[in-house]
Amino acid sequence: MPIVQGSGSTRNEHQKNKGVWSDSGSPGVVANSIIGKPAPLKDSLKKVTGEAVYADDMKFPGMLFCRILRATVPHARVKRLDITKAQAMPGVRAVVTGRESGVRFGVLPVSQDELSMAQEKVIYTGEPLAAVAADSEDIAQAAIWAIEVEYEALTEFLRPQDSLKDVEPAQQIHDKVEKKHPKTNIHKAVDQEFGDVEGAFKQAASTPNASFKFDGISHGFTEPHAVIAHWDAEDRIQLYTPQQVPHYTHRALAKVLDLPMHQIQVIRTTVGGGFGGKSDPFQHEMIACMLARNTRRPVKVTMDREETLLTGRGRHPTESKVAMAFDKDGKLLALDSDVLIDGGAYGSFGVVSAYYNGVLSNGPYLLPAFRYHGKRVYSNRIPSGAMRGHGSVNPRYCTETLVDMAAVELGIDPCELRLRNFLPPNSITPHHKFRVTSTGIREGLMEAMKRSEWSKKWGKLPYGHGIGVGCAWYISGSALPIHWNKLPQSTVHIKIDMDGGVTCHSLAADIGQGSDTMIAQIVAEVIGCKLDRVHVKSTTTDTAPIDLGSYSSRVTFMAGNAAREAAEVVRKDLAAAASKLTGQPAQYFDFAGEEIVCRSKPSVRVGFMEALHEAQADRGALIASGSYQSPPLGGDFKGSNAGLSPSYSFSAFICELKVDPDTGFVQPIKVWAAHDCGKALNPLSVEGQIEGSVHMGLGQALTEQMRYRNGQMLNANFLDYKIPTPFDTPEIEAIIVESHDPEGPFGAKECGEGALAPVIPAVGNAIFDAVGVRMFEVPMTPDRVLRAIEAKARKEREA
Amino acid sequence: MSKHILRFHVNDRAVEVAVEPWHTLANVLRNDLNLTGTKIGCDMGTCGCCTVHVDGKARLSCLTLALECQGAKIATIEGLNEYEIHPLQRAFAECGGSQCGYCTPGFIMQSCAMLKENPDPTRDEIKAGLSGNLCRCTGFMKIYEAVERAATEMREKPVSAPVKA
Ligand code: FES
Ligand code: FES
Repeated sequence: MPIVQGSGSTRNEHQKNKGVWSDSGSPGVVANSIIGKPAPLKDSLKKVTGEAVYADDMKFPGMLFCRILRATVPHARVKRLDITKAQAMPGVRAVVTGRESGVRFGVLPVSQDELSMAQEKVIYTGEPLAAVAADSEDIAQAAIWAIEVEYEALTEFLRPQDSLKDVEPAQQIHDKVEKKHPKTNIHKAVDQEFGDVEGAFKQAASTPNASFKFDGISHGFTEPHAVIAHWDAEDRIQLYTPQQVPHYTHRALAKVLDLPMHQIQVIRTTVGGGFGGKSDPFQHEMIACMLARNTRRPVKVTMDREETLLTGRGRHPTESKVAMAFDKDGKLLALDSDVLIDGGAYGSFGVVSAYYNGVLSNGPYLLPAFRYHGKRVYSNRIPSGAMRGHGSVNPRYCTETLVDMAAVELGIDPCELRLRNFLPPNSITPHHKFRVTSTGIREGLMEAMKRSEWSKKWGKLPYGHGIGVGCAWYISGSALPIHWNKLPQSTVHIKIDMDGGVTCHSLAADIGQGSDTMIAQIVAEVIGCKLDRVHVKSTTTDTAPIDLGSYSSRVTFMAGNAAREAAEVVRKDLAAAASKLTGQPAQYFDFAGEEIVCRSKPSVRVGFMEALHEAQADRGALIASGSYQSPPLGGDFKGSNAGLSPSYSFSAFICELKVDPDTGFVQPIKVWAAHDCGKALNPLSVEGQIEGSVHMGLGQALTEQMRYRNGQMLNANFLDYKIPTPFDTPEIEAIIVESHDPEGPFGAKECGEGALAPVIPAVGNAIFDAVGVRMFEVPMTPDRVLRAIEAKARKEREA
Repeated sequence: MSKHILRFHVNDRAVEVAVEPWHTLANVLRNDLNLTGTKIGCDMGTCGCCTVHVDGKARLSCLTLALECQGAKIATIEGLNEYEIHPLQRAFAECGGSQCGYCTPGFIMQSCAMLKENPDPTRDEIKAGLSGNLCRCTGFMKIYEAVERAATEMREKPVSAPVKA
């Protein structure tokens, strides 16, 4: 397990300063017994034995089964929706349609544009129109088939360019669109310019530019959507759902169902993969609740794979024109990009996507001048949303490709050119004021170069065999919450009773990334107990303090800091108890191995349980609360909030591959993936996140695409939507870079998302090294690669 | 249409259940027998989440009609650790071969069948053996490590019979 120490931040001052800590003396390293040690996920034994409970595994007495009727056309007025036959079928207990509720919702307060079920018109193929609850799934499905629908076609917007045009109000997909373009289907336009862009291009020695096109892709989590709603006898609604962000669902349910939030309990079931695809409040969640309300029975919705893919929220299809300017030494001078983003039917996280597609290009290189025009449009296609690396992945491909083109043009090694441009640690980007605390990208890239033997290979491998590089950065938690309020972004509660069990409550959603384990590790480290003493309860809104949830790669940084703060309160209590028992001053105790040891006299020690019982005298269970709120950051221009994060992760990847020039087939051989996660709290999980990101990135790079005909997704199944199999996945060498972030918990930053983006350009650049063609369309499928090879050959013949 | 009686053995227990002719083995295991460790990721044979053993061979239970299993001996993930945890299960947990866990029962059942036929597989043989299983979380590396580790352990100390059947 290679771990490289970054020089980014010399010392984790934050940890030193925060109080009661004993430091091992070496820079940035705490005397850890649990932090930094590989730990299997706390729930892994349940998962390997089949004991873990996912939503579809649950059963309740009297439970009904729901099926949903979905639109079969992309944009049409609903002339007639007749449910009478369905209602009359034996075993059918309730049928609901759009008439049930006209309340619109959505994850962002500015884009409340989703209805639980379509009303007068449908806006994409797959949109829910009606739903049935019945005694069995078979009956529910039969009832769905018995519902009659008649449509009257409306103008369909199936290419994002069409959505830019002025149209009649009746043809607009949504009433509310971008204010600057009121007659179009533009959802959000962002225009930003900083620094002297024109001047930079004039004085540049190299100005690579190109048009790029990216197909939409899907999260492809293996667990299809499933939820159960129960309107219980006490008139409370219980929703069991595999949510990444139970809190936003909680809010949306309160709005749609018109109930106070405390009357709703959201219970997160085991999440069978999310990657951003389970982070919107969903129509099927609303539908299940409505059917439960109407029947007063538990109602389960389980989608099939096709419906899950139609529910969407995957990576936005984008088309962009991008230019960059470099001086003769390869110093980056400016970036100018124009991006058209296909949002599909709903707003979802799209306002954020519209910003991220531009502003996240302000790293990992120092960028003196920046211009960005981004338009996110509504279309009659499957809604796009947040997906792993949200908003940063496609633009990263563009910039990394252009950086490579500049390197070739200027005769500079592409890695060397990158090294000349990296943002330094403890710096602030010139215009957007993104604050970079720690970065280990330099060490990461150099390590990846060394391990891959880059200098022996780049430009020197035989035709058809190539090596390429890609770098990236990513936010380690969005600094601003989606709902503006004064609450902390993460809160963690700890309770320790006389049984000695340490119970942590948090609403940070463990979606398989291991956040429960992360919280347990931090708490165990701080109070010096064994990991298996710590039990994390992170599933129910009734007991967990609010955490904004698992998106924007925020959990380790924010919930981790909250957990640490709570644990430090407990630590003080235990130290005071140990002091009372031994007569030594409380600040002189170290905590490790279930013992509280006097620093100056190690023979004086108190067992964990003894100290605990002393601390509990006259007060009962120890309880503590910790929270995290991002510090104030950023500039003061419009949109200055987008992209702000208390810290950023950095990554540098190198990919070696082979291209078959006769078929265009690309076979990756190996990926060296160096990712700076600040501090690997759990190296096993960090590697797992890096390897998973590489795998997912390779899918987008080479095989995955959502294909459409007439607004209908053609490949809404795992046979035709091609996720890389074991044979398509090369060896992945995860290289952990530790830059010891000054504000991260124990120095940690994110590692779940940032490690995806660099894979795709590393592949594209390696293809160039192998066969000399630049790929401007992603995924780089064999037909596209072959076409590029043929075009190059034609051009060379003609020349 | 009426239900048919299916008599078979599941995890070494004789079971009798009335099933619809169109219900799959996956449906019956999960819905009628409450063996929800077997997962359905696609219901059309493309993900491997539903892999179980039918008469000792790995089968996709979503593509197997329940009534095809008349008299058969079925083993599911729940049957692997009846008496103690199976080396494959332990290895998947300890090596990080399971993140969200949804694919895990399928991978373990597939690996278990593979190791029965080939107790000492190479990396490529493992890849081939698992190529019908999809994992979106792990990137497969830690799954290979888990299978390799379990294989070594099982060669040194054979598991008597995971399910006594
Ligand atoms: S559920 Fe059987 S293969 Fe996917
Ligand atoms: S662990 Fe999530 S799909 Fe494999």
